[in-house]
Amino acid sequence: MKKKIIYELNALYREPMQVAGYEFGEGEKSVCVVGSMRGNEIQQMFACSRLIERLKQLEAQRAVAEGKSILVIPCINSYSMNIGKRFWSTDNTDVNRMFPGYSAGETTQRIAAGVFAAIKDYGIGIQFASNYMPGRFLPHIRMMQTGYEDIETAKKFAFPYVVTRNTHPFDTTTLNYNWQIWGTRAFSIYTTDTDEIDSRSAADAVKGLERVLNAEGVVHSTVNGGYHYCPEVLCDDNLRSVRCREAGIYENKAAVGDEVCAGQLLAEITNPFDGTLLEQLLAPADGTVFFQHKAPLIYADTAALKLVVRT
Amino acid sequence: MAQEINAEISSICQVKLPVGETLNIKRNRLSPAGNDKGKSRWKRIGIVTGIHGDELEGQYVCYEVIRRIKQHPECLAGIVDVYPAMNPMGIDSMTRGFPGFDLDMNRIFPGNSDSAMTEYVAHEIIEELSGADLIVDIHASNIYLTEIPQIRINALHSDRLVPLACGMNVDFVWVHAASTVLESTLAYSLNSVGTPTLVVEAGVGMRITKVYGEQLADGLMNTMKALGIWAGEVPAVRQPIVDASADGVVFFNAPKAGIFVPEVKHWTTLGRGDLVGNIVNPLTGEILAEIRTPESGILFTIREYPVVDEGSLVGRLLKRK
Repeated sequence: MKKKIIYELNALYREPMQVAGYEFGEGEKSVCVVGSMRGNEIQQMFACSRLIERLKQLEAQRAVAEGKSILVIPCINSYSMNIGKRFWSTDNTDVNRMFPGYSAGETTQRIAAGVFAAIKDYGIGIQFASNYMPGRFLPHIRMMQTGYEDIETAKKFAFPYVVTRNTHPFDTTTLNYNWQIWGTRAFSIYTTDTDEIDSRSAADAVKGLERVLNAEGVVHSTVNGGYHYCPEVLCDDNLRSVRCREAGIYENKAAVGDEVCAGQLLAEITNPFDGTLLEQLLAPADGTVFFQHKAPLIYADTAALKLVVRT
Repeated sequence: MAQEINAEISSICQVKLPVGETLNIKRNRLSPAGNDKGKSRWKRIGIVTGIHGDELEGQYVCYEVIRRIKQHPECLAGIVDVYPAMNPMGIDSMTRGFPGFDLDMNRIFPGNSDSAMTEYVAHEIIEELSGADLIVDIHASNIYLTEIPQIRINALHSDRLVPLACGMNVDFVWVHAASTVLESTLAYSLNSVGTPTLVVEAGVGMRITKVYGEQLADGLMNTMKALGIWAGEVPAVRQPIVDASADGVVFFNAPKAGIFVPEVKHWTTLGRGDLVGNIVNPLTGEILAEIRTPESGILFTIREYPVVDEGSLVGRLLKRK
């Protein structure tokens, strides 16, 4: 393993922020994995740290293929992580809305440009990502529909679901989108959590990633455990939202991944002062809980849950 | 006796909050009272501000326009909708984005009625504003930069919007290249559905610059007169510099992290090589970098917040020979 500094940013009163990459093998730029880009993406960084641990073992066993290299960047935005802020520490901009970056531009554009220059030539790009809707997800591989998405490789992670979604205007400056446009086969991995560590789903993600590395001939190893699904491919628009009309204390009554029946209780909202039941959220159809709100308070008019509906 | 006006305050979007409160986005609709004749032909202008909770310059503009209308109610000949706080919780908590979501509200339009609460709110705002004869969305840059009163127009919509912008009494109209990211703004969404929308930038975040507020209020009164919404006297307005060239604006970004100390005033004409300011190190007493103009022009944006990272925007210059 070689540790190298991908990008460095100097500050007035803090130590320079160094974006470090961990490289395994030598030769063709085969696979690049990126972890956290936002200050709250703890799980994403954690998953990368576990991946690096596994790749060290594989390298020691000479299981990394000749002429192939893997780059893992666990954290692009340590400044924000160290002050507990989601976006950039001074101007609150989002590094993942700045790709492909601009080396003469503003700070986060420069970070994005510096990182992208180092990672844009990899054949496969994998990002441990987070969603702006705070909550728990059923682990899945997500891709934007750019015309370049590679669903067959996405299936090789053997996660329960592969989710594609239409591209929105604000997506055009994300890493995943720009990887695809520059010719990298790009995949976003969503594990269960973001700002808390879920070691089980992180371990499953590392195993899924190792399966892809094997399928692509980048490593030669045996993967034990983890997911073994033949994934269902969904479009994000086909997930059924369960919206709440009321606001208050929110309690889930089912778990992510649960198979539920039409009419089954999924969550309750109660009055925060006197405990009166305000609303029960019921499954609109038979299906699987794909996403659920997890904060103890909820606003009205929110998609609190999303279901994969069985047809 | 002066004719009365209707001033109807209502909520255009309500969302229950978890703990004993409801989010209300309020509108004050001013219209002629006691004269419903020709009502169906009344033109409608929407004055929008407060999408970013830390931009307050529009607060004074809203106040001043309503004050002027109430002073001469007999001159009102159409509908003036005033929306001073599209992000009321952001304004209340000095938060730029949508509090609780850390989300820039001006990057989620046109919204979605089937997603998070923020997108629902954005959807409702678009429903409310669509169909107006003109929307003016007033911003104040951010807490880092001071802007001369200006209107920014996406090149895609310039034919329709530049003539409207020229009546708004701003100093500068900047027609910029189309950008996919900006497609998620309120202005882009409304312009795309045929509702002409101007984006004003003036002043600085978290402050009110009264002289700019008066200037914009003059421009709004003039524009309302041109639309047939206002029949009263209006002050003469200035003709803005209009720049639609691809490279007409020079950006200054900080080459070093440090403290930026400006050496020139805002809206100053500078020659090539003139000093805009220094980036200094208070720990060592050194000048870390001098910011000089690469070309001659007028400085229309300048850094207000002194702390800069490498790359922080320090100023913008409109090139002029």
